[in-house]
Amino acid sequence: MAVANTGAVNGDVVVPDELANNVFIGTIAKVLDPIYNWSRRNSIWPVTFGLACCAIEMICTASSRYDLARFGMEVFRATPRQSDLMIISGTVTKKMVPTIVRLYNQMPEPRYVLSMGACASGGGPFKEGYNVVDGIDKFLPVDVYVPGCPPTPQALINGLIALQEKIDQQSIATAPWYNKKDPTAGIYPVPVLGPDLVDLRQLDLIRREAAKHPAEDPARATEAEPQTAGPQ
Amino acid sequence: MSEAILEPTAAEPAPVFHTPAQEASARLKELFPDVVSDETREGYEGLAVYADSLPEIAKALRDELGFNYLSSVTGVDNIEEGKLEAVYHLYSIARGGGPVVLHVQVDRNEPVIPTLVPVFRGAEFQEREAFDMFGIHFQGHPDLRRILTWDGFNGYPLRKDWHEPFFEEQHKPFGSRWPEGEVFRAEEKTPYGKNVQYPAGWLPTGDEYDVETDVYLGLSYSRDATPGLRTDKVTVNLGPQHPSTHGVFRMVVTLDGETIIDLKPVMGYLHRNHEKIGERNTFIMNMPFTDRLDYLSGVSNNFGYALTVEKLFGLSVPERAEWLRILTAELIRIGNHLWALGFLLNDLGALQTPMLYFYIERELIVDFFEALTGSRMMHNYMRFGGVAYDLPDEVRGVPTMKYLEEMVFNRLPRVLEQGDELMTGNEIVRARSIGVGYLSPADAINMSAAGPLLRASGVPYDLRRAEPYSFYDRLDFDIAVRYNGDIYDRYLVRMDEMRQSLRIIEQVLPHLRRTEGAPIIGDKPQYALRAPRGGESYGRVENPKGELGFYVTAKRRDGNPSRYHVRAPSFINLTTLGPMSRGYKVADVVAILGSIDIVLGEVDR
Repeated sequence: MAVANTGAVNGDVVVPDELANNVFIGTIAKVLDPIYNWSRRNSIWPVTFGLACCAIEMICTASSRYDLARFGMEVFRATPRQSDLMIISGTVTKKMVPTIVRLYNQMPEPRYVLSMGACASGGGPFKEGYNVVDGIDKFLPVDVYVPGCPPTPQALINGLIALQEKIDQQSIATAPWYNKKDPTAGIYPVPVLGPDLVDLRQLDLIRREAAKHPAEDPARATEAEPQTAGPQ
Repeated sequence: MSEAILEPTAAEPAPVFHTPAQEASARLKELFPDVVSDETREGYEGLAVYADSLPEIAKALRDELGFNYLSSVTGVDNIEEGKLEAVYHLYSIARGGGPVVLHVQVDRNEPVIPTLVPVFRGAEFQEREAFDMFGIHFQGHPDLRRILTWDGFNGYPLRKDWHEPFFEEQHKPFGSRWPEGEVFRAEEKTPYGKNVQYPAGWLPTGDEYDVETDVYLGLSYSRDATPGLRTDKVTVNLGPQHPSTHGVFRMVVTLDGETIIDLKPVMGYLHRNHEKIGERNTFIMNMPFTDRLDYLSGVSNNFGYALTVEKLFGLSVPERAEWLRILTAELIRIGNHLWALGFLLNDLGALQTPMLYFYIERELIVDFFEALTGSRMMHNYMRFGGVAYDLPDEVRGVPTMKYLEEMVFNRLPRVLEQGDELMTGNEIVRARSIGVGYLSPADAINMSAAGPLLRASGVPYDLRRAEPYSFYDRLDFDIAVRYNGDIYDRYLVRMDEMRQSLRIIEQVLPHLRRTEGAPIIGDKPQYALRAPRGGESYGRVENPKGELGFYVTAKRRDGNPSRYHVRAPSFINLTTLGPMSRGYKVADVVAILGSIDIVLGEVDR
């Protein structure tokens, strides 16, 4: 006689209703994932890292009125080695971006990037500036974008909740940081400062462009930089 | 009658000078008849000076004529005439009033001007900035390096013929956006898909990647050997990512043990090209950008810019708008000082607690601004000839005037009292701050320090009194001043200033009630404003951080400024950081920096 058609069905095993809360049959990942994610999502430690105006709102979010501690995120760490989340809170400039990428590379995995505000997400009002990076996502993988100039504390908290939801979706079985075939995967090359910002992943492109547009004055190509006066 | 015209009578009356600046200018022309002349260009004020004799003139101004405060140094690119220009604004601390303006023009291909650093140390960073942005070589400058960009940066970005990677047109509104409008991403137009460009034919070699060496070269390592023990000097970087540098600021320090031997600030990590963008913008488009200078006191920056442009355009402001301006500027001063003191105490080791007490009250001010302007921080409130909005009906569900009264008469005085109780007498605060980071009054003036930093050194110089703008001359308040020039006095000056601000607001509130419903702005649309005359305009306000100046030049009938410069108090106040820190311990540097109260948006612009 067939078992009453309620009850959880897992493969061939049918669990009767009265045991449904006590018996769990499934893969280990299904047991571990909720625990693993629950503990991570409620203790995201951001790195103490304020870039510009958005940092003020980030501090407001962390202080008494908005109280980030409610989400387990109040522990701002001054070192990337202890942090899980980098809140890019402000305009990313060319002079600063090597430092940011280096900090990101120093963070242990799993690590997340939240791009706070218009500038970090795409350059914002300063996009046309010569020293401004048009979005940190040109250099780092961004998990959550928070719009605003600057985003209000509520908006930032909303972004952090979105990050928590993203963490909930992750599985220990497929997490990229445990499945690395290539040990250098997840390491992002630190851009360098030449006559302008040089993304080392684009070196070939830069060489091709240089061949297309040769210098009018060949002496300049080797020199490439204007004279700067030293201490006199 | 005709004879009288031909022959000036012997008994010609002595010239009447209305301001100290006029008197000094006339005297300068007598002292240096060959090299100093009146500026003749339309709309320009001050004197034209030959480059070679600039240091002598500056020295005479400082020592003989009492113009001992070099407020602003900036470059201008006059590309049509083939000239680069340096503009100096000097003020008299003792006598107040307007500036003596010196204009120095040099050939664009050979821009060399003697440095003023030996006369005014406050010129150091500003000359470096002019060198960085315009390529003006200041001969004899002790440390002429790029300051906002990095060593090896290609070109001088503020020259008019230098174009950024996303360059579209010289001036906004861009033809591509208006009137038809065409949407595209700027990245699509460059081969790299990023905001970068390289000189034609430039090939990456690897050699040019060293941008750091010069930073360390400027440091001094020498010191009299410690008797008995030979110690090594260590160079330490604080920042750009450091929890107590208030943003992306970097200090390179040389240490002997824990004692600071030398300190150099390195900045530019938040250089957002405010001035280049500002010269593309129309006048009104710059208003929201000024919010992002000193982002803790947005409305105060608006004030300075509005005053400058009003001066250039010859606009007047309705009465109610003036009261609203003063109300907002003073409220934001309190908000800024609450923030600054919270952070200063944080830096002194009172981790978080005083900060949280101050910030919860700052939220009152922030809420008011959100109701008034729609934004918590980026107010964009002032317009040329007025303000954008009148007071809202209610804030946090309370009628606005009642809310303001509750805040000004009750909540804010209480938080100051509480702060006094918690901190002012606190043993640790006193031990950490009294006598630390001393700045003498003479040094403070010579290094062009401004704001609370200057006034804590015993120099009672406040623009609201020295060169009153808006309605400040109708208000009764004192200049907060303290005389010891250490961290503790800077803390006290800020506390005093908040009290004075409350006093000002108390006087403004009845005027706001009286003028209810009165106009707050002239009727000419802001976007249509064009400069009625060519010329220059320098406006300055007493920002919470110090003297914020805007230097704007325009051509006749132009809708865009041809030069737009910001004299940022945080930036120039940093000149004092090195001299103030020498000899103290490395832990004190953090507190000394906190007592200057910098905001990186303004330092790097």
